[in-house]
Amino acid sequence: MHIVVCAKQIPDPETPPSAFRIDAATNKVVPAQGIAPVLSQFDGIAAEAALRIKEANAGSKVTVISLGADSAAAAIKQVLAMGADEGVLLNDPAFEDGDSYTTAKALAAAIKKLGDVEAVFCGRQAADWDMGQVGLLIAEELGWPASIIAKSVTTGGAGLQVQRVLADGFENAETPLPAVVTVSNEFGEPRYPKLPQIMAAAKKTVTQWKTGDLGLDPSQVGAAGARLKLERLATPTRGAKVELMEGDTPQAQAAALVARLRADKIL
Amino acid sequence: MARNILVVGELSGGQPTPTTLELLNGAAGLAAGGVVSVTLLGTGATAAAAAAAGAATAYVNDDATYDTFRAEQWLPALGAALDQANPDLVLIPQSASGREIGPRLSHRRNTAVAMDCISIVDEGGALKATRPAYGGNALATYSFATAPAMATVRSKSFDRATGPGASTTVPLPAAGESRTLVTGYEASVSEGLQIQDAPVVVSGGRGLGSAEGFQLIEALAAAIGTDKAAVGASRAAVDLGWYPPSQQVGLTGKVVSPDIYIAIAISGASQHLAGCSGAKVLIAVNRDPDANIWSFAKYGIVGDYKNVVPALIEEFKKG
Ligand SMILES: Cc1cc2nc3c(=O)[nH]c(=O)nc-3n(C[C@H](O)[C@H](O)[C@H](O)COP(=O)(O)OP(=O)(O)OC[C@H]3O[C@@H](n4cnc5c(N)ncnc54)[C@H](O)[C@@H]3O)c2cc1C
Ligand SMILES: Nc1ncnc2c1ncn2[C@@H]1O[C@H](COP(=O)(O)O)[C@@H](O)[C@H]1O
Repeated sequence: MHIVVCAKQIPDPETPPSAFRIDAATNKVVPAQGIAPVLSQFDGIAAEAALRIKEANAGSKVTVISLGADSAAAAIKQVLAMGADEGVLLNDPAFEDGDSYTTAKALAAAIKKLGDVEAVFCGRQAADWDMGQVGLLIAEELGWPASIIAKSVTTGGAGLQVQRVLADGFENAETPLPAVVTVSNEFGEPRYPKLPQIMAAAKKTVTQWKTGDLGLDPSQVGAAGARLKLERLATPTRGAKVELMEGDTPQAQAAALVARLRADKIL
Repeated sequence: MARNILVVGELSGGQPTPTTLELLNGAAGLAAGGVVSVTLLGTGATAAAAAAAGAATAYVNDDATYDTFRAEQWLPALGAALDQANPDLVLIPQSASGREIGPRLSHRRNTAVAMDCISIVDEGGALKATRPAYGGNALATYSFATAPAMATVRSKSFDRATGPGASTTVPLPAAGESRTLVTGYEASVSEGLQIQDAPVVVSGGRGLGSAEGFQLIEALAAAIGTDKAAVGASRAAVDLGWYPPSQQVGLTGKVVSPDIYIAIAISGASQHLAGCSGAKVLIAVNRDPDANIWSFAKYGIVGDYKNVVPALIEEFKKG
């Protein structure tokens, strides 16, 4: 089975809020000093899910695709080091400042170009914009079924057996191939590549495709093709300063807190 | 400018869910004389139309096949409702099904959806949708270049609509085929009071050090009152297997807005706060005097939870 993993490079979502800055003039996040961008966590987990299927099904192949600037090659290399076979970077200034729709359009065009893809694995959401829609939009572009927010994915039944995380439980679903699956953190941790694998991945060439290679017109993608327009990006206002409970012992502090809640009539 | 608004409703026990009523209220505020309508699919849909406060028309089908959400079955029915309601705005709950409906429906209607919105306003005649991004570190406001505008909306973003329900019902087609099959369901939710409904939520984090730490958290919730307090957890604690995923609070867990939220041994990552910043009073117990949670909490105790929580239990029991 040929599986595509869609992997995005993002600013580190664990950046402390104190180091998080927005440039109001451009509505963009200013990269935090000294904190390197990372592979979006859920995409690493999607890669793990794909690699486990590859290992369980002889003759399978995993291709990782990312839409991004030159730096996004690092995210591709990371998935190659984990064990993916090939990497493709959709890199064209025309792709810049797109929305979920234009991103999915370009990724779907790349998947069609590969030809023999039977499954596409995405993260449940990219941990920068937290939209959670590119996987489903790829499914719509390709006319494929999709199973979202997977806790486990295995081959079997009609094609793939997927356990999905719902609000209050887990749903077992079965989907024929080709299909899109989006993977959640409940799946478990992705593997950690070892040095020889990292070195081997570093030597691999990453294929680069532009709009023309995908049969897309620059007007269809990026800012030109976007349907959602970002008007403002702002930092939310924070509450008042914390009042810490005084007291020499935990008992005294606890008593102070509960007295406080009773005085405020919160309790 | 008058706006037609369609709310994609959800049913629970044959009634519109609270979020459906919230969206109907939000729609009423934005319609400016346009028609507000709702879709209701599944057992009891036609009868539930009368309870869909604020909707003029309900697009319904009682087919029990719709009770289990499968996107491939719901989407054609929703498409049929859009054909007739001709909305300028479609509001969808940010629920397990809404997460799937939003992107797919938007694509089928050649438009776009803003996911997980917390406010939608009319700014000089144009709709603007605001949603948290970057794990809650930022608020992003969007306008729509295509019509209809679509948004999935977080629960409790609007108050619930009250008053009379839909006076007209229009039938939608029964469910067709789905390539994706649902073969089973395992409930994982805790018994009793649910964290979304509890007036007090006590949550534990990675700093508890072990699954056993949650016994103290549960004891604290019990001391506050089993009818009042429910137990939540950070994702770090859930990922470690210390507490079930159904109790996770945050961006990728549940969003709660209790009167009191007590975060114990939780550092206060933006993605966790995304799930509890709607609490009226946020209280934290953390041994780190520089933890991020202090920028958000109203009251706090700096100290080891192993000492502080038993003391709190004693104090609450005195109540
Ligand atoms: C896209 C994305 C989505 C996410 N979604 C969620 C989500 O939905 N919910 C969520 O919670 N997280 C989420 N996260 C993870 C989040 O970024 C944090 O990693 C996580 O919330 C940390 O959990 P924690 O506070 O329990 O652990 P830590 O950050 O490790 O904090 C532990 C805290 O415990 C304190 N502590 C340690 N020992 C003691 C003691 N004995 N007594 C008192 N205090 C003690 C420490 O001082 C520390 O502050 C998400 C992350 C990403 C990237
Ligand atoms: N620029 C991108 N390059 C590759 N994959 C992406 C990109 N953007 C989104 N994806 C994939 O789509 C998923 C959901 O993204 P989103 O809808 O933006 O939250 C991500 O977890 C990735 O798997």
